[in-house]
Amino acid sequence: MQTRRSFHTAIISGLGSVIGVALGIPTALYLLVTRGSKPKGSFVEAANLSQLQIGKPQEVSFERTRLDGWRTFQEKVIAWVVRTDDQHVVAYSPQCTHLGCAYHWEAQQNQFVCPCHESRFSIDGKVLGGPAARPLDRYPVRVENSKLLIGSEIRRA
Amino acid sequence: MFRRLLDWLEDRTGVESAVKHFLYEDIPQSSGWHQVFGSVALFAFLVQAVTGILLALNYSPAPGEAYDSLRYIVTQVTAGRLMRALHHWGASLMIVVVVVHMIQTFLWGTYKKPREATWIAGVGLLLLTLAYGLSGYLLPWDNRAYWGTVVTTEISALAPGAGPLLVRLLGSDGTAIGAVTFTRFYVAHVQLLPPLTALLIAIHLYLVRRHGVAPTLADALQPKKKFYPEQVAKDTVAIFGWFAVLMGMALLARVPLGHLADPTDLSYIPRPEWYFLFLFQFLKWFEGPLEVVGAVIIPTLAIIALLLVPFIDRGKMKLVRQRIGAIGLVVLGAIFWGGLTARAVATTPETREMDMSLIRPWQEISAGNLASIGYFRQAQCGSCHRLGSAVAAPDLTIAPSSRPASWLEEHIKTNPKAPGALTDAQVQMLVTFVTKRSDKAVDAWQNAPQSAVDGALVYQSNDCASCHKLNGVGDDLGPPLNGVGERRERSWIEGHFADPPKYSPDSIMPAFHFKPEQLKQITDYISAIPK
Repeated sequence: MQTRRSFHTAIISGLGSVIGVALGIPTALYLLVTRGSKPKGSFVEAANLSQLQIGKPQEVSFERTRLDGWRTFQEKVIAWVVRTDDQHVVAYSPQCTHLGCAYHWEAQQNQFVCPCHESRFSIDGKVLGGPAARPLDRYPVRVENSKLLIGSEIRRA
Repeated sequence: MFRRLLDWLEDRTGVESAVKHFLYEDIPQSSGWHQVFGSVALFAFLVQAVTGILLALNYSPAPGEAYDSLRYIVTQVTAGRLMRALHHWGASLMIVVVVVHMIQTFLWGTYKKPREATWIAGVGLLLLTLAYGLSGYLLPWDNRAYWGTVVTTEISALAPGAGPLLVRLLGSDGTAIGAVTFTRFYVAHVQLLPPLTALLIAIHLYLVRRHGVAPTLADALQPKKKFYPEQVAKDTVAIFGWFAVLMGMALLARVPLGHLADPTDLSYIPRPEWYFLFLFQFLKWFEGPLEVVGAVIIPTLAIIALLLVPFIDRGKMKLVRQRIGAIGLVVLGAIFWGGLTARAVATTPETREMDMSLIRPWQEISAGNLASIGYFRQAQCGSCHRLGSAVAAPDLTIAPSSRPASWLEEHIKTNPKAPGALTDAQVQMLVTFVTKRSDKAVDAWQNAPQSAVDGALVYQSNDCASCHKLNGVGDDLGPPLNGVGERRERSWIEGHFADPPKYSPDSIMPAFHFKPEQLKQITDYISAIPK
């Protein structure tokens, strides 16, 4: 009688576990794993080099296509761009590295200032003060034929 | 430690004794394999709830976007195709087990006094299951969903007296269906039906417990036994079997996604889901003004009859093998259902509709772009310009080339690998391609099979675009070629090239005498371009 009983409970827990695993694994994959490598972000033309003054941060806006889940659409993108010399440009993502507020350039203080929690960054992106823990994030850039191209993958400094 | 936690929980909530009370219910000695179906049905409902919620996490419930998001689920999301298949086949297999559960109850006659209300709640659950099927059918928003639901709403409009009200409830204006109807079907499917089902399941289970599992005549002299663990183990085996079938179907049987719902697509022939095919076929017996009899009156009477079963058959309990009448009715019903379904399947025209969840980007770009990819390969550009990595030369997939066209033309004509491989016109097309390519074209550039590219090269070199439009590019002198493989047999397309007037008498298309290899390439190619 006792073996019969343990046979039955073994069936219940054994088959129950198989079903749980067979449903649980696809569920975890579905929720947590993104498939394959995302297509590398395309570079788009953002400005002519001649429009950028050396050593002066400028807000540059440009359009690019973005794939968001099942939707593809044109979106406007903003970058804080600093031309460092004749052929070199850096482009910062316009969000503070603390909690994502939009910061701006304070010409008098010669620094980027975030209005939310007063994080401050130098012209080369380093943290000067406030709660931000890392320098400003950057967009990949390329300069081709005196045009500034900006990529879409934001890189953490 | 664990014991102490359980004791605390038991003391404060009584949960342990409640579970024990549930598991150690007395059931008749005769209970066994024939009573597993209710548990399987409950499990099926849970699988539908879980997979349904998971699908909803990536689904946008609005016409058009619904289709795009479902295509995203099955093509982009990890295990998304499996989730959809589990939900799709789970629905079918849930109907199967619910009906089997009902037939078992009917054959054994266990709906008799005092279990009439249990039976009625069960009929309610059957109707709810069918309502899920009807409302869920629209949610992919492909042609099958759209046209199938048009028929559903038209049938509801036939209901005597209530027709116009039903149509209004479904959010339809009586002709087309659109955003309002879609939203109402979605809300019914995910917000109205689930709590109703949960409530009815609770009532159904409560009634089963209240009256106990029905005994047979032989049980009168036998001692009772416990629900746990023997019967629970049998239920678990049945659930496992059902689940194994579901998983097998979900992994092996692809659930197609048709074309985006198109109210102007008059060539689409809608068919309902397999479990409604018998009703579809049944309707064909009723002509003209009699239609309402077949579409509404008889189905309604059938449901009422089902509800009244316990009040019609009020005799004493008998053994199953003595219930000749019940067995006869089930056999007759099975013949009626099976015959109508078989007839409907036999008269369903074969469809060549493409499965849009399998469409690759090269099938969606213009023939010119695909041919340009062919020129890129012909001129061996890829031996320096590796796609996806900058080794010997710039990676052209990163950004459209910003070189001036004259520089690019010169560069291609004088490239060291295959100078002069392309004609001037071909060079110009390649220049346009590298400066203006779309994201889909980039995918095709890297992944299009050479056979498809060869087809596009034949298409391009014969200047088909000067008369035909394909993927938005080309002239309107001849018919557009998108979906030609869905409209025409392969032999028709092949024969048509050599002798157009033979196949379409008014055609002004000149004859093209391709070599067999080219004929195969171009036929394969244009047949692969979806509508």
